[in-house]
Amino acid sequence: MTHDHSDDHTEPPADIELRVKALETLLVEKGLIDPAALDVLIDTYENKVGPKNGAQVVAKAWTDPAYRTWLLEDAAAAISSLGFAGRQGEHITVVENTPGVHNLVVCTLCSCYPWPVLGLPPTWYKSAPYRARAVADPRGVLKEFGTELPDDTQINVWDSTAEMRYLILPERPTDTDDWSTEDLALLVSRNAMIGTEKARLPKEVKRQ
Amino acid sequence: MNGPHDLGGQDGLGPIRPESEHDEPVFHASWERRVFALTLAAGASGQWNLDESRHARERQHPISYLSHSYYENWLAGLETLLLENNMVTPDELASGITGSLPDPNRSPPLQATDVASALHRGKSVQMPIDRPARFHVGENVRVMNNHPRGHTRAPRYTRGRTGLIKTYHGAHVFPDQHAKGERVGEPLYSVEFTSRELWGTGGNPLDAILVDLFEPYLEHA
Repeated sequence: MTHDHSDDHTEPPADIELRVKALETLLVEKGLIDPAALDVLIDTYENKVGPKNGAQVVAKAWTDPAYRTWLLEDAAAAISSLGFAGRQGEHITVVENTPGVHNLVVCTLCSCYPWPVLGLPPTWYKSAPYRARAVADPRGVLKEFGTELPDDTQINVWDSTAEMRYLILPERPTDTDDWSTEDLALLVSRNAMIGTEKARLPKEVKRQ
Repeated sequence: MNGPHDLGGQDGLGPIRPESEHDEPVFHASWERRVFALTLAAGASGQWNLDESRHARERQHPISYLSHSYYENWLAGLETLLLENNMVTPDELASGITGSLPDPNRSPPLQATDVASALHRGKSVQMPIDRPARFHVGENVRVMNNHPRGHTRAPRYTRGRTGLIKTYHGAHVFPDQHAKGERVGEPLYSVEFTSRELWGTGGNPLDAILVDLFEPYLEHA
């Protein structure tokens, strides 16, 4: 079992592989699922849909003022125009970080997350400690990600309690005026779009 | 319900310990892949909706919910839904041996060739209603101090607290009813609470928490 990275839960029982395999076999035999569909579902979220989609959205908003305006006003439509849409992204709001305001997204009740632009959420996003503390102590949470904000920065925490999904538009790093949209996308980390970090610095990435 | 899933503001759960974004795999074990896909594929049967599946997970015993890993909770929820919808029997689940053959009246399962279009289509929860929204942007509202026994999406940490209507999202499917199988539209608002209102002197005077709340949760403040 490779699941040893976190101490927020106990180890799954060793027989869980068998239990899941037995359930799959049962559901196939009863005609309730098609195993080939499972493979496509897994491949979609393991290899195709992920935070690179969101990074394209952000980089375009950084370089195209009309797109940025559209994104902030009608995010689902603006995002869909780049081909990203569907399950867990039917309703999306994009909120913008500014020099004085930083935004952070959480789902305290489960694990709501904008799949079409970010893929499936990371383990920490779904973990009890993050869900518990993001709303009560966002500054403490940000420090655990190595993110220190000035004391006079306001933090807005967005708790995704309904079917509206939230994506953060991070601030564009300085000294990137001559960067292409493709290169800018390299600066847009997944965590910057959740709000636990800022966008990467130009020196942290290798331009194409 | 006041269940273990309603975690906002809870203490003592330890550090977050995020994995590095560069190294973290989407799934951490092959069974997690299968549980994820089984849940989506079985959900495509239409036998239950998203709120029913959330409620199936949060109805577990609190000790189970909190000690399980994420996909163990998904597995527990899926098993509950399959049993409650008579898609498998307790004997079949316990033994892994198929007791009855496929029901000929049931529609065929999600096919591999239909996955991409089904995911892309998604499922909007927007639901037009024939009455105006009761609250307006800029108004103060209080979250009613109700403790429904069923599924609800008003987190405990907001109940009894006063906030400001920041945005009106339109009418969306109301989760409390949806978890009982009824599709009813209710106005949905983004409500802004100051950190001090929610957390007292422990809150930061600059910070705010924005929570999406349905009209039946709210009253004029």
